[in-house]
This record gives sequence, C-alpha cells and structure tokens, in this order.
Amino acid sequence: MVRKFDRFRDLIAEVKKSGAAIYNNPAGTEDLVVLSPYSIDYIHSYAQDSKFFMSLEEGKLMGSVCKKCKYKYGTPRSHCMECGNETEWFELPLEGKVHSWTTCYFGSEEFLNETPFNLALVEFEDVDTLFLSRLMGPKMEDVFTGMKVRAEFRRDKRHLVSDVYFVPAE
Amino acid sequence: MAKQRNVYVISGGVTKFAKAHPDMDFRLMVKKAFDYAMNDVPSLEAKDIGSSRISYFSDHFTRQIMAASMVQDTLGLNPKDSRRVEWGGATGGQCIQAGWEAIASGRNDICLVAGFETMSRVETWKGNEFIALASDTNFDYPVGGFYTGYYALMVQRHIYEYIRKTKFAEIKDEKEAQKLATREAMRIMSMVSVKNHMNAMYNPYSQRPMKLTVDDVLKSDMVAYPLNRHNICTMSDGAAVMILASEDVARQYTEKPVLIKGVGCGTDTMRLADRPYGAVPLFDWERKKDYANLRYPGVHSFRSGRIAAIEAYKHAGIKNPNKELSFIELHDAFTSSEIQTYEDLGLCKYGEGYDFVERGSPFLANIDYGLELQNKGAMPVNPSGGLIACGHPIGATGVMQGVFALWQLQGRIKKHFGDDSLQIKNAKRGLIHSHAGTGCAVTVSILEAV
Repeated sequence: MVRKFDRFRDLIAEVKKSGAAIYNNPAGTEDLVVLSPYSIDYIHSYAQDSKFFMSLEEGKLMGSVCKKCKYKYGTPRSHCMECGNETEWFELPLEGKVHSWTTCYFGSEEFLNETPFNLALVEFEDVDTLFLSRLMGPKMEDVFTGMKVRAEFRRDKRHLVSDVYFVPAE
Repeated sequence: MAKQRNVYVISGGVTKFAKAHPDMDFRLMVKKAFDYAMNDVPSLEAKDIGSSRISYFSDHFTRQIMAASMVQDTLGLNPKDSRRVEWGGATGGQCIQAGWEAIASGRNDICLVAGFETMSRVETWKGNEFIALASDTNFDYPVGGFYTGYYALMVQRHIYEYIRKTKFAEIKDEKEAQKLATREAMRIMSMVSVKNHMNAMYNPYSQRPMKLTVDDVLKSDMVAYPLNRHNICTMSDGAAVMILASEDVARQYTEKPVLIKGVGCGTDTMRLADRPYGAVPLFDWERKKDYANLRYPGVHSFRSGRIAAIEAYKHAGIKNPNKELSFIELHDAFTSSEIQTYEDLGLCKYGEGYDFVERGSPFLANIDYGLELQNKGAMPVNPSGGLIACGHPIGATGVMQGVFALWQLQGRIKKHFGDDSLQIKNAKRGLIHSHAGTGCAVTVSILEAV
C-alpha cells in the first residue's frame, strides 16, 4: 500500500509541474480520467476554544466546567451539553487512565507516514468526559484499558491538539 | 405522533456498487437507478412526481457544490420542489424520512428519494481524510483522524464492558484478560463478516461478494486493532432511488405498495470524548435492573440508535421486534457496529450481542456459511450483504437498504436479483437503519407489506 502511495505522490508532483494529466484511460473505453489537484489554506480561528490551544504552550491542559450544573468536561466546550449554560475553564490533571485505545496501521493521507500509532481516550479522576490523544511509546502488545498515563507536550508547537500527547505513567 | 398521512414505497432502483464507475458520473448513475425504478411502475410518468429529496454526503468527494441541483436537472424534474439532505453516514436514511415527511404532511402525493456518492474520485487514504473531516476538526481530526480508529476505540470498550468483565472476570492479570477478551470478540466479529460477504454472493448489485472462513477474516490485514480488513466496508461509487407515494395514489401505480409504518431518529455528540455516562433509555420490555451497573452510552454503545429504535417501534406499534420483524438491513460499516447495533435495536439486551451472533440468529436459514449455527435464521440481519459486502457509497447507502427492503417485502428478490436465495419467506415487516459519524445520528424506518 505504501509503495502505491509513493507512486501516487510522484504522479501528483508531475501534474503540479505540467497541469492536469491523464491518470488512466481504461483499455477499450472512451472514458478519460484526469488528475486534478486541489489545495486550500484555511484561515482558521479557534475562537471560543482558543484558550485551550494557547495553554498547551504553557504545558497546561484545560477543560471546562458548567457554571450552573458543574458538569466537568475533559475536552473543552463553551456551553454545557446537559443544561445549555455557559462553562468556565479549569485546569485538568496531567495524569489519567486509558479508557479505551487502538493501534492504527492505516489511516488518512495526512497521517499515513506516522503509522502505526496508538490512539487513546483518556479519563481523568472526577471529570465527567474524556480526552482523545495519541499514546506514544508503548507497542500494541503493552497497551491496556486502565493503564496509567501522563501528558507530555511537544517542544515545537504547531498550535494543534496534537501538541499534547500521552505516555505511560509507570 | 401527531396526525399524518400514510406513506408507501412504490418502486426502487440501484446501480451496481463498484470501486469506480469511470463510465458514469453522479448524474448518470442516479439517472440509471431512476430509470430502473420508473420501469418498475410503467404507469407512472415523471410529470406525476411532485418533489424530490436528494442526498449525498460530501462536497469534497464531488468537488461540485450543488450537485443535487444537477441531479434534479438530469432527471428532468425542474422546476419542481427539491432539496438536498445530508447528515454523514445517515444521509440516505435521513433522505428517506425527508421524503416521507413531504408526503405525510400532505404537501406532495409522490416524492422521489435519490442518493449517490462518488468516492472513487480520490485514493483511499484521501477518502479516509475526507470522512475523518466528519469528526471535530479542532480536537479529533489532528490527532490522527481515521474513522476505523474511532470505531476501534468504541469496540475496544464494548469488549471491555461485555467480555472482559463477564467471560474473563476471573482472570487477575488485566493485560492477559483483555487480550483473551479481544481475541474472543475478533472471532465473533469474523462470523459477521463471513455472513455478510456470503449473503452478497447472491446479490448482483454487491461490490465485494466473497466466500470467507473465520480464519480468512482473522488473517486479513490489521487496520486499527482489533478491526482488520474484512471487518470494514469499502469505498464505493453508486446511486439508489426510491419512489414514495401517498395512500391516495399508491395503488394506481403498483399492486404491491409497501407501507412506511414507522420512523425514528436519534442523535448524539460529535466527539466520542463527550459521550455521557448515564442510564439506558429503556424499551417497554426492559427493566431498570437489567442495567443496574451499566454506565451508558459511554463510547461502547450508540444512544442515537436506541432513541431512533424506541421512536420507530412506538410509531409502528412494535412490542417485540424479534417476533414482529422479518428481517433487518442495518448500517454495518464495521462488523463491530453491527453487533453493537443488535443491542441498540433491542434484538437482545446490552452485552448479549456476541451471543446473538454465536447462536446464529442473524444468519439466513437457507444459506450455508460453513459454520455450526443453532438458531439460524431467527432474525436475518443484512440479507443483502450489508455495507461490508455491498459497498458504502455514503449518500446512496441508506436508500439502497430501502430498495432491498422494498423488494423483500414485495417478494420480488428473484425478479431483481435473478436468484431467490436471499428472499426471506413471507417477509411481512423489515427494519432499515442508517448511521452517521461515531453515532452522531441514526435513523430507523420500518417498512411493512400490505
């Protein structure tokens, strides 16, 4: 699969130089199939979620707590899904447990060269909801539900949620 | 449910689902499915159609905004009322219910429901990226956005709740117990894969018919543990259409209209991480004490599916789905979600989905799967082969289920498939189930032969 992916990348590079090219012309048909590249640079505001991403730079993981019903969110949201009221920020603990996990051997184009990688839903003590993150380090055979994990932060910040990741805590 | 008019399905059509249809773009695919449906009700003319509801999931795949408008145009239905319907993987099921509403409300007597997707327009890894954009792009996608990964997270917890904590409760070594539980689940999920791929052998519209053994499935490439290749649907090109009609006119066009007896829809949070841990919404036949120690839905079950089923059963007057339904076509994007869905639909209690498979309940009575099964045919699930083996051209998928259910209930599988192996004998009532995101929306519709 990866070799097919490399060939595809080479073809794209060629198309970018010369414009649209014939991708294939199935034998015995008159169907013309061309390659047609397309890319976008979005101007994306994190808006009401901004504080979470800015806090990653300070090595802090921020969640939200409902001002009214006190429901605590492990992934921030501006308004409570239970009662609809506004939430406020609170600092999440940097240690938690694996609530569920997987190891991905295939994926989206953007992350294909990072495979295999572990995904984990992390639970924090006394927090009502979870946080999705990468679990770095352990091989598939060594990960289990209930495993203690702690947060670490990338040094070269990209202002993405993946600036934080988890590693085994013991 | 407030007062409404009865709505019937009078005809349907599907293209063959395929990895790619370089000879047809989305307009031509829908046109072919439409012509097939029109030929099945020869007295119906296009001018009799009052409105259309057209569904496709992704503008990224089409790279053509307002593609539904071009379908309307190609079918020659301008200048009539039409709109696009979209809600992720449940797009097709939502489109059927939108068509139902157009007629139930009294607005139209005949409504065309059409769905399509053209996923061959990018390579698989790019398609995975487009699909993963249907997860929170601030918090989920950048972590490694991949739907098979999300479903793996969900089934891992399902296995933990329902196999680790029961069958392997005695084992103290946590890692070892979880490994054994997952191995057990993988064996049972593989049985679902064998079933759906085998059923598809008799469905000429299917993309991936295969005779497999449990061992073949277990040996296929690991994609996201514990989901390997044969437990996951493929990307497809395809289109499907249904023609819906009011009680007043349905019998003018067919002797065998099929009644849409009940509709239901439920929703849940976009992010898996946000799912609450509360009480199970119960069917009439369940009791609170059945789930005394269960925190629900968490990431292990689909609350949206449960809510959709409760609404649809109530609407259709169903008190015992296992007795009152003849078959089910459900959204098996993964064999794991087929098992999770048995429980949401109340075919068994939460936690009993794996046993439901082992007993043989969702298999067809007359088909040889090469497996020892005790209770074969008790509740046939995905007789068509489901998404796993038919393919999953997202916007068409839910409508495809509706077309297959129509043909089952008309007793016309042989006419359309050229083979009656998949015909459920005396099929009276069928359930179709369409599912979006990680369970962010689910529709359930119940069709009945009249």
